[in-house]
Amino acid sequence: MHGILKKWLPQSKKTLMTREIQSVLEAIGAILLGKQDQLRLTLACVLARGHLLIEDLPGVGKTTLAHALARVLGLDFQRVQFTADLLPSDILGTSVFNRETGGFEFHPGPVFSQVVLADEINRATPKAQSALLEAMEEHQVTVEGSTRHLPEPFFVIATQNPSHQVGTFPLPESQLDRFLMRIRLGYPDAAAERALLAGEERRAMIAALEPALDARTLQAIQARVRATHVAPALLDYVQAILAHTRRSAEFAAGLSPRAGLALLNASRAWAHMDGRSAVLPEDVQAVFPSVAGHRLIASAANGATTGDEAAARVLATVAIP
Amino acid sequence: MSRISKPVLEAEALTTSRVLGLVGCLAAVLAPHAMHVPLWITLIVACAMLLRAGFAWRGYGLPATWILAALAVAAAAGTWLSYGMLFGRDAAVALLILMLCLKLMELRSTRDAYVVVFLGYFGVITNFLYSQTVPMGLYLFACVWLITAYLIGMQRQAGPRSVVALLRHSAVLLGQSIPVMAVLFILFPRIPGPLWALPQRSGSGVSGLSDTMAPGTLASLSLSDAVAFRVEFDSEPPPPSLLYWRGPVMWDFDGRTWRTGEAEVDFRRDVITSGNPIGYTVTLEPHHTRWLFGLDLPAQVPRNGIVTTDFELISLRPIRERTRYHMRSQLDYQIGRNASPATLSRGLALPDGFDPRARALARSWRETAGTPREIVQRALNMFRQQPFFYTLVPPELGMNSVDQFLFETRRGFCEHFASSFVFLMRAAGVPARVVTGYQGGVMNPVGNYMIVRQSDAHAWAEVWLPDAGWVRVDPTAAVSPQRIEAGMDAAVPAGDPLPLLARTDNEWIRQMRFAVDSFTYGWNQWVLGYTQERQLAMMARLTGRRVNTQSIVLMLAIGTVVTVSVLTYLTMRRQRRRPRDPVVALWDAFSRKLARRGLPRRPGEGPRDYVARASRELPPELREQVEAVGTLYVRIRYEADPPARAAASLREAIRAVRLDTR
Repeated sequence: MHGILKKWLPQSKKTLMTREIQSVLEAIGAILLGKQDQLRLTLACVLARGHLLIEDLPGVGKTTLAHALARVLGLDFQRVQFTADLLPSDILGTSVFNRETGGFEFHPGPVFSQVVLADEINRATPKAQSALLEAMEEHQVTVEGSTRHLPEPFFVIATQNPSHQVGTFPLPESQLDRFLMRIRLGYPDAAAERALLAGEERRAMIAALEPALDARTLQAIQARVRATHVAPALLDYVQAILAHTRRSAEFAAGLSPRAGLALLNASRAWAHMDGRSAVLPEDVQAVFPSVAGHRLIASAANGATTGDEAAARVLATVAIP
Repeated sequence: MSRISKPVLEAEALTTSRVLGLVGCLAAVLAPHAMHVPLWITLIVACAMLLRAGFAWRGYGLPATWILAALAVAAAAGTWLSYGMLFGRDAAVALLILMLCLKLMELRSTRDAYVVVFLGYFGVITNFLYSQTVPMGLYLFACVWLITAYLIGMQRQAGPRSVVALLRHSAVLLGQSIPVMAVLFILFPRIPGPLWALPQRSGSGVSGLSDTMAPGTLASLSLSDAVAFRVEFDSEPPPPSLLYWRGPVMWDFDGRTWRTGEAEVDFRRDVITSGNPIGYTVTLEPHHTRWLFGLDLPAQVPRNGIVTTDFELISLRPIRERTRYHMRSQLDYQIGRNASPATLSRGLALPDGFDPRARALARSWRETAGTPREIVQRALNMFRQQPFFYTLVPPELGMNSVDQFLFETRRGFCEHFASSFVFLMRAAGVPARVVTGYQGGVMNPVGNYMIVRQSDAHAWAEVWLPDAGWVRVDPTAAVSPQRIEAGMDAAVPAGDPLPLLARTDNEWIRQMRFAVDSFTYGWNQWVLGYTQERQLAMMARLTGRRVNTQSIVLMLAIGTVVTVSVLTYLTMRRQRRRPRDPVVALWDAFSRKLARRGLPRRPGEGPRDYVARASRELPPELREQVEAVGTLYVRIRYEADPPARAAASLREAIRAVRLDTR
């Protein structure tokens, strides 16, 4: 009797978590139509405590996704429109002289928020970009000599226009590495687009959304994700993938150990969202294109292929040990 | 990989280091050609390589196409002027080298580099048209190693690899190819005769005996360390005093130069022999004339050869490649007892008006001596008792060379002694002739064969005695017995020039030389001398029946396939030799089981995906068992707390899947 209880108890708790995750997905899915895969990846990115880069043309719902996500997760939300004249202080905040107190008072910038949407990040100068990217990495900012912690959880969604557009500063590879995943939204399919055109205004729908989680629950789930079991056999597989990208002539440079850790964390989140307590090769495969796509640099001879296609080829080639 | 298409290769520019590496490889490959192409080609090639390297270094653009076209025409014209043709070995190789250098001048993309690399491999082969020695073979093998390393470096697009790593990789590849190389060597069908018709070459470049002999002819040969031929005796070799290797026989004297004159071939043998003949095998180095050599007296005619009345051995074709023949000789013999009057009068002919003092001396002997034998003895006594010296650096002789030598200088090499002796005999009325050839030879203890060098070239005399026929008389032996008994280096006074390596002072160097020569002999015998005839003989010995070219081709195909398969198997086994988890082994067995039903697991397919796919494809009654295997495997392999007796339960689950086709 005792044994049976022991066996069933964690199982039921897991289902509870999954149900919450399910409701989050459903709520956002009602607003952003026909993008189930991208939504799951986005959520996995949040649960793995990583940041997300969305690369797509304007108007396909990047902002809507970010806004709805913040709303459903019960987090506060700020949006920064990156422009060519954006200064680091516009993101981080600045100290202003207060005549009444006779001292300087720090006015926190939009980065002091649980969900930050950095819109069109490649329109800003590298200096402004790096202000945000450093905050993402450190979870803290240093302004005028004093270090301030950012709220927890802290999640940045940056959007980027395809860099061949005019007036952009494409993010260098070293900065791209700070994003756990990069996804593309793409145009909706015909049915979804029709529903979108016929339906209500998205802004109103977001305003009407009920939070399905709160910050504390989210942090609890994140902690659980981190505890998801990774077997030695799975580590072998991840290592084989990393080794393959380094050996293959297809890439100018292989994946870094940091990329390996990112892949593992994202896979944990994916396994957890699937209601499992251990990571399977299929989880790695599900997140690999998004995690590795922007980190793999195709070699000169393969310039034409995109990172995602290359990632798919890697998965088809590397044998699961 | 499949995406690398021609436009990509065309488009991709070469980096500086790639260009420099390629120029370096090519320089290594073409360097040996500098030994035989005209100087202007060497200079142009060197300039082109330096220029191309400089362009790459400084990042300059390459010359326009019309300039290159003009240069190509000029190169062809230059080759025509130098060789008188554009075909044939020398001209074609020169043209290839020049065009290769012009190709360097349009080396822009990766594709061009591939072209040059493959031409580089071809360049390696062209070197074998000129030299097939062991050092050259080793050098060219090193070149192949280098080019292959370069090729590996080109294939690898990502990140530079160290040169050492590339060379190691290349060495591994070449090492793996050695078994295939051996199979190809043994079984690749040989073409009888030389593969390339080598152009006619004048004798000047190659030293060896010729059909004339003047003072100084043999002395110049005596400085040559080159091997004339090597001999393997069937039994014990004869003593040094009998090692007379018979070559051209000289009859006609014009006062200075001896000539062979016309050879007579008479099928009636005028020979009396006693004792058993000795057998031996001669491996003759190419000398581009038609002489074959055998111990005095040849008792057999080598294959593709004839023997003249004066027992010269003559090949039907000039010896342009290393030739091996078996011979037998009689050491105890009498020849020419019934010599024709014409022959004898030929052996008495002398030019008029030369050497009056020698003639006078001979006449006095003739008048006082009773028999020809005594005349011979007197001449030998003169050489022995008067101060004659054997030397490699005899003084120059003038118009009456015999007089001058006999009465003034008295210092000479074997041809001086042989020539003046025969002159004296003829003047005294004893028919005589000069025989040239080689005398002596050194046994190589390492390979147990005898080496006869050009420096062993020798000339002696034969006189005709009524009761004995033609008898060998060696006047040099009278002057310097050591020359005959111990070889030339013992006979030559200290201070005379000698081939450096013929000196015997250092025992260690001598041993080294013997070892090296023995290796060269083996190489000549078994690698270069592996002709169609030998190949067929060897295959016949191995298989126990007669073989022809078709069956050799078949064996080649089978041998190659077998070798490659064995190598592949060994390589794969080494990769797989890690200790195997029994659970993984069971999972692989399960995958094989499904594969037999047409459901192989793809390399990148996860266990859950695979099982899901399998249960979709399989009949519904199997679905549950297959899914049970998948679930169990995933639990054992990936979850935190694998069940007890994991392997056993997995084995049971797999056994439960009954896939027997009904």
